[in-house]
Amino acid sequence: MISLFVSLLLFWLLLNGSLAGDVVMVGVAASLLLAFLFRDGLAIFAEWRPNTLATTVRYFFFFLKELVKANLNVAKIVLAPSLPLTPGFVKVRTRLKSRMGRLLLANSITLTPGTLTVDMDGEWLYIHWVSVDSAEIEAATAAIVTGFEEYLEVMYG
Amino acid sequence: MNTVLGLLGGLFLIAGAAFLLFGGLGLVRMPDVFNRIQAGTKATTLGTLFSLAGAACLQPEWTLKLMLIGLFILFTNPISSQVLARAAHRSHAEKSALTAVDRLEDDQGA
Repeated sequence: MISLFVSLLLFWLLLNGSLAGDVVMVGVAASLLLAFLFRDGLAIFAEWRPNTLATTVRYFFFFLKELVKANLNVAKIVLAPSLPLTPGFVKVRTRLKSRMGRLLLANSITLTPGTLTVDMDGEWLYIHWVSVDSAEIEAATAAIVTGFEEYLEVMYG
Repeated sequence: MNTVLGLLGGLFLIAGAAFLLFGGLGLVRMPDVFNRIQAGTKATTLGTLFSLAGAACLQPEWTLKLMLIGLFILFTNPISSQVLARAAHRSHAEKSALTAVDRLEDDQGA
């Protein structure tokens, strides 16, 4: 609840770009009310371990690198006259347990080279892959999931 | 200093526009809905981020708000794509003949 309050207030202050008394007061009141109303529900940041800030930053840069690679990959496929595709739906498994960790993993997979999370069932993720290298669960997991999982496992478990 | 920032901003805007163009091209060229979503998601995310970075270089006082917009895009874009893809798969949208395997359909026994 406190972390929700803090993040709401932070967003409010960033959006306003001002620390004037009345702006801060309205922000505090609204954030308090929202944090109270959603005290059980919106635990977006609650599962994050603050002592893993360094890993989080490294994860962010790893993610940005993958995002750029994903785009060059899309550009390469789209610009090639032959449109080289071998699409398919593969199944992969994650070791992550926390909801937030899994959410970030699914989102990261969607934004990285040629993979799109389609469905999720417990520890299983179903991924649409534009160039299926291997439909085997272990091989696909190693190719798609492992890179992110190493970071997210430290951050969320 | 201003010319450097202006130049950098311009380069970011060009890069952003280029990736958005590739995304649009992908929407036209890709064979089925899933591959189109793939092209659409990735290209629009990075294209928009580059455009925001360009705008931040040209109007430095907007930087904080532009960063917030970028953050929201990073969180919402993949979620909407995932939901679209799942809905398409559940309603048996036509898959490209190239599709090699479909583990999701296998598991659902559909």
